Amino acid sequence: MTVLAVEHLAKSWGGVQAVAGVSFSLAAGEVLALIGPNGAGKSTCFNMLNGQVRPDSGRVLLAGRDITGMAPRHVFRLGVGRTFQITATFGAMSVRENVQVALLSQARGLGGLWRPMAGQKAAEAEALLDRVGMLEQAARPCGVLAYGDLKRVELAVALANTPRLLLMDEPTAGMAPAERIALMALTARLAKEGGIGVLFTEHDMDVVFAHADRIIVLDRGQLIAEGAPQEVRADPRVREVYLGTGATAGGH
Amino acid sequence: MDDLVVQALSGLASASSLFLVASGLTVIFGVTRVVNFAHGSLYMLGAYVAWSLVTHGVFAFAGPFWQFWGGILGAAVVTAAIGAVIEVLLLRRIYRAPELFQLLATFGVVLVVQDVALWAWGAQDLLGPRAPMLRGAVRILGLRFPLYELFLIAVGPLVLAGLWLLFHRTRFGVLVRAATADREMVAALGVNQALLFTGVFALGAGLAGLGGALQLPRESVNLHMDLSTITEAFVVVVVGGLGSLTGAFLAALLIGELSAFGILILPKITLVLVFLVMAVVLVVRPYGLLGRAPQGLHASSGPPDPLLLPAPRALRQLGAVVLALLVGSAWVLPDYELSVLTEILVALLFAASLHFIMGPGGLASFGHAAYFGAGAYAAALLVQHAAAPMWAGMLLAPFAAGLLGLVFGWFCVRLSGVYAAMLTLAFAQIAWSTAFQWVEVTGGDNGILGVWPDAWAQPKPVFYLLALVLCVGGAMLLRRIVWAPFGAALRAGRDSPLRAEAIGIDTFRTRWMAFAISAAFAGVAGSVFAYAKGSVFPTYLGISRSVDALLMVLLGGVQTLSGPLLGAVALTGLQEQLMRGTDHWRLLLGATIILLVVFFPQGLAGAARAAWEKRA
Repeated sequence: MTVLAVEHLAKSWGGVQAVAGVSFSLAAGEVLALIGPNGAGKSTCFNMLNGQVRPDSGRVLLAGRDITGMAPRHVFRLGVGRTFQITATFGAMSVRENVQVALLSQARGLGGLWRPMAGQKAAEAEALLDRVGMLEQAARPCGVLAYGDLKRVELAVALANTPRLLLMDEPTAGMAPAERIALMALTARLAKEGGIGVLFTEHDMDVVFAHADRIIVLDRGQLIAEGAPQEVRADPRVREVYLGTGATAGGH
Repeated sequence: MDDLVVQALSGLASASSLFLVASGLTVIFGVTRVVNFAHGSLYMLGAYVAWSLVTHGVFAFAGPFWQFWGGILGAAVVTAAIGAVIEVLLLRRIYRAPELFQLLATFGVVLVVQDVALWAWGAQDLLGPRAPMLRGAVRILGLRFPLYELFLIAVGPLVLAGLWLLFHRTRFGVLVRAATADREMVAALGVNQALLFTGVFALGAGLAGLGGALQLPRESVNLHMDLSTITEAFVVVVVGGLGSLTGAFLAALLIGELSAFGILILPKITLVLVFLVMAVVLVVRPYGLLGRAPQGLHASSGPPDPLLLPAPRALRQLGAVVLALLVGSAWVLPDYELSVLTEILVALLFAASLHFIMGPGGLASFGHAAYFGAGAYAAALLVQHAAAPMWAGMLLAPFAAGLLGLVFGWFCVRLSGVYAAMLTLAFAQIAWSTAFQWVEVTGGDNGILGVWPDAWAQPKPVFYLLALVLCVGGAMLLRRIVWAPFGAALRAGRDSPLRAEAIGIDTFRTRWMAFAISAAFAGVAGSVFAYAKGSVFPTYLGISRSVDALLMVLLGGVQTLSGPLLGAVALTGLQEQLMRGTDHWRLLLGATIILLVVFFPQGLAGAARAAWEKRA
C-alpha cells in the first residue's frame, strides 16, 4: 500500500529552483532514504511534505488524500510524525512531559484546565521512551540533554500519534557511530512492525546503505536516481555528483 | 490653509526632537539588544544639565554665543559620560540576563534619576534662556513662526546625516552596523565588545542629552519629562522598526505631524491617536516600518528556563501556615491593616494573572492594567447604571475583562518580544484614554464614585475575607491551569513553536485563549479593588499600574510559580514602607531593584529556589 505519493513537486526561493518537479512514492513499512549533496533541495523537499513550506506546484498525497499545503498541525492529525534537522523540543519541560504533550495532543486532550497533566498518559509516554532508550532520563529537562539524546526524544515524540508516515530530517546527526546504527535499526524495526513508511535524509552513508530499503538521490532539485542501495551505489551519475566527490562512507 | 502650513512646520520641529531621542534608543537597542527604559531620564538630565551650564554661565568667558551653545553641547557630553558610567557599572553585568530583566534594571535607573534630579534641581519647573541669534520669528505666509523652531527642523536631518556618515565612514560605525546585524560574529572576529557597547551607549545617551538640552528655549524643564519622553520615543522606535535609524526618522516625522494635526482635526482622541497609529502599524507590519524580523534574538539570551517543579513539601507547609495566618488576621488586625492586606491580596492576583501570560505564555504584557481596569469599570458601571448588587459586578468583571482580552489579544499574541510588549502597551493606552476622555460614560478624570460592597460585606473583616477567597482562590486556579494539559500546551508553544505545530498544537489559539484567561483574572482583581476603594479612576488602567505588575512578576521571578506572589508582597510592602518612612522612596526602590537584578537575576523566588536546591 502506498503511504506517500509525491507528484511533480516544485519550489523556488527567489530565482533559485530548489526543487524542480520531484516525484516518488513510499510504501507502508518501507524505509526510504533521500540523499544528495548539500544544496540539493533535500530540506526544502522535506519541509513541503508536512506543510511547513507551501510548494509552488505539484501534489503531496498521504494514503491517497491530497495534503498539499496543509498546515503542519493538520498534517499531524492525519498520522505524520516528524523529526527536525536541528532538534526542536520543549526545553523547559521534562522528557516525559514532551512525550505526554504529544500523546495528549493526539487524543485531543490539551484543552483540559483542571486535571494535572502529570497523571495523564504518563505510562504510555514511558513506554515510548523505553522503546527509544530514554526511560532513565524521563525526568530530566530537554534543555540540558546531549544532542544525540534529543534526537531520541524527538523520535519518541514523532511516534506518539502512531504515525503511518515518519519524516526524519538527519535523524542521527550529532550521535556517536554506534548509536546511529542502533537508532536506525530501531527505526527500521518499528517501520516493519507497525507498517510505518519512513522517509529520512542522511549524510552518513553507512547508515543509509545499512538501513534503507530504497534510496532516491536528489541533485540541484532533480531526482537523478532511484532504486535499491546496490543499484544506487553502482549508478554512474550518482557516483559523479555525490559519491565521487570525496564524500565517502562515514563522512559529512 | 496658512495655519495648516505653520502647523505642519511645528510638527516637523517636534519630529526633530523626537528623532534625537529615538535615534539614540534605536542605536543602543540595535547593538546591545537592551531596551533602555532610562533613555527618557537621560533626555531629562540633558535638559537639566544644560539649564545649569547656561544659567550659571560656565562658558560665559567665550561670549554670550558660547555661553548658550557651549552649555547645550556640554550637556550632551555630560549625558554621554553618564551613559557610559551606567553601561559600565550596571548594564555590562546583565547583558546575559533575559531582555525583560534589562528593562527592569533600566527602570530602576529611571527611579534613581528622578530622585537625584529632584534633590539637585528641586520640584519646580525651570525656564531656560532663549537661544542667541535665534530669538526672533519669521513671517511665513503672514504668520509668525519662531526662528528656533526652524532651526530645530534642520537639526533632525543634520543628525541623521551625521549618524549616516559615522556609520558608513568610520571604523567605529562599521563595527556598530556589524554588531547590529550579528553580534556573536563580531565578537568571534575579535572585536572588543565591552568597548564597543560602552561607546554605543555613550553615543545614544549623548543624543538623548542633546535632544533634552535643545528643548531648553522651547519649554520648561521638569521632572515629568522622562516618562513622557520615553513613551513617545518607544512609539517612534517601534513604529520605525527596532534598530533602524531611517525607520526612526520616518516614524518621528509621522508621529510629529500626526500630533500636530491631530489636535486640529480630532481633538477628542488626541491622547490615543499616537497609540492607535502604533497599533495599526504593528498589526500591518509586525516589525515596524523598516524593521526586520529578529533573528536568533532569544537563542543566546541566557541558559534555558529551568523545569517547572511541584512545590516542595516545606513550601506547601509554609504556604498553608501563611494562609492560616491570613485567615486569622480577619479577627485580630484593626481595619487599616486589613485594608492594606486587602490591597496586597489584589496585587497578588493581579501579578499572578500577568505571570500566567508572561511566564508559561512567554508574552510580556506591558499593558496588563487595561484588564484590571476593565474589571473595575465593568463593576462600577453596573453599579452606577443598574444599581446592581456586588455579586453581579464581581461576576461581570471577569467576563468584561476577558472579552477585552480576547479582542486585544487577537492582535497581540501574533507578535513576540519587545513588539508584543509595545502592542499591549498601545492597547492599554487606548483603553486608558477611553476611560479618561469619554467623560459622559466614565466620568473622565473624576472617575465613578460610590462603588461600595453590599451591606453584608461592608465591615472591613468580612470584605477582607471575601478578597482573600477571591484572590488566593484565583491565584491557585491559575496555578492549577499551568499544570493542566492546557498549561503544558501553552509552555510547549513558548519553548518551540515549530515542534508544537508539528504535534498538532494550534499555538496561536492556545496563546490567545491564555491571554483571555489572564485578562479575566486581572479583571477579578480589578473588581475587588474597585469595591475595596469604593471608586474607580482612569489611573486603574494607567501605565504605572501596568509597570507595577511587571515589577512584581520580575522581582519575584518569572520562572517559578510562587515568584509573582512573592514579588507582589515584596513590592507592595516595600512601597508602603518606603513611602511612609522616607521622602526618597524612589531612590531606595530604584536602588533595590537594581541590586536585585544584578545579584538575583532569577528573581527572589528563583534565588530562594537555587539556595534550597543547593542545600538539598
